[in-house]
Amino acid sequence: MAGVLSGVYNTLIRSNGVFLSTIFAGAFATEILFDTGSNAIWNRINKGRQWKDIKHRYMDAGEDDE
Amino acid sequence: MFARTSLRTARAFANAKTGATRTVVSQQRNASSQSSAESAPTWKNTATLSASTILAIGSCTWYYTQFGRTAHAMTMQEEGLHATPYPWEHEKFLKTYDHAALRRGFQVYREVCASCHSLKRIPWRTLVGTMMTVDEAKALAEENEYDTEPNNEGEIEKRPGKLSDYIPSPYKNDEAARAANNGALPPDLSLMVKARHGGCNYIFSLLTGYPEEPPAGAVVQSGLNFNPYFPGTGIAMARVLYDGLVDYEDGTPATTSQMAKDVVEFLNWSAEPEMDDRKKMGWKVMAIGSVLFALSVWIKRYKWSVVKTRKLQYNPPALTGLPNKMNPRQARR
Repeated sequence: MAGVLSGVYNTLIRSNGVFLSTIFAGAFATEILFDTGSNAIWNRINKGRQWKDIKHRYMDAGEDDE
Repeated sequence: MFARTSLRTARAFANAKTGATRTVVSQQRNASSQSSAESAPTWKNTATLSASTILAIGSCTWYYTQFGRTAHAMTMQEEGLHATPYPWEHEKFLKTYDHAALRRGFQVYREVCASCHSLKRIPWRTLVGTMMTVDEAKALAEENEYDTEPNNEGEIEKRPGKLSDYIPSPYKNDEAARAANNGALPPDLSLMVKARHGGCNYIFSLLTGYPEEPPAGAVVQSGLNFNPYFPGTGIAMARVLYDGLVDYEDGTPATTSQMAKDVVEFLNWSAEPEMDDRKKMGWKVMAIGSVLFALSVWIKRYKWSVVKTRKLQYNPPALTGLPNKMNPRQARR
């Protein structure tokens, strides 16, 4: 445990620039992960109700006309 | 009861004042006269008490009937029948609109409602991506003519509609609408779900609630129709939705209730087009917020752990100069 913690400290926290970059990258990664996951759950709950689920019916019909 | 007791007390005081020598005599006289002397006051007391009780109850009743009851500005008929609550799927916390229903509902609006009701606040562009493709919406917009900006001669010409135009109204203005509808103004439907008590339930009940004929005793003015859900029960709009009125392109049977349900969901969308995004954002906020709340609870407990787990020890100072009874230690010895 102590070895892991000191490893984290030495690699990520010791240098200010690396620490700041870690925070920024972590924020971006967390947001992307959270958004992707929550959107996936949302789309599963509302499967078949949203426009993107039904638009293929009308998009295909439109392309046939052209 | 209280009156009799006080009478007795008064007599007792009178006896005490007359002196010790006459005490025995007066007591005897008091005892002998009690039955005859008290018969008249008892009857009067009962009458007084009964009268005052009746007066109190009566005045309370009068006051309540006069001022205590709930005041209704309108009769029940004028209020209209309360709409039945229906289990709308799109009103659930985590459900979006059923966009196929929105598409059907817009078809119902276009083919049925739009002959009288405007939808002023909805531009064609909002239909794109919610219930229509770009090409479909463009084609619909181009069917209508709109005024251009004044040209070099100051003339205003007509041009076909664009996606940025708003859905055209059936009448030029409210006065024209009134004139065409026997004096009754068909309200704009853009925000109708938000504008009426009961929202979706009210509009659905209104559309499907026309009886075959008005009930016996109901007064329906000429030019009006009977609908129990409409405040006042006399509505200028006749029943419009009948089975098979429109042909749904997705093959859904066009029953009256199906069309009413679709158009109500469409009108809910037109009143709250942001609902899908709002609900999606809302539950994300709840998810992140609950994590942050749990974190803040943990931090509070962490910070307070020092205070909560400390032990206070009180050593009272030695009180040598005081006498024994003031000093508990010395008193105990």
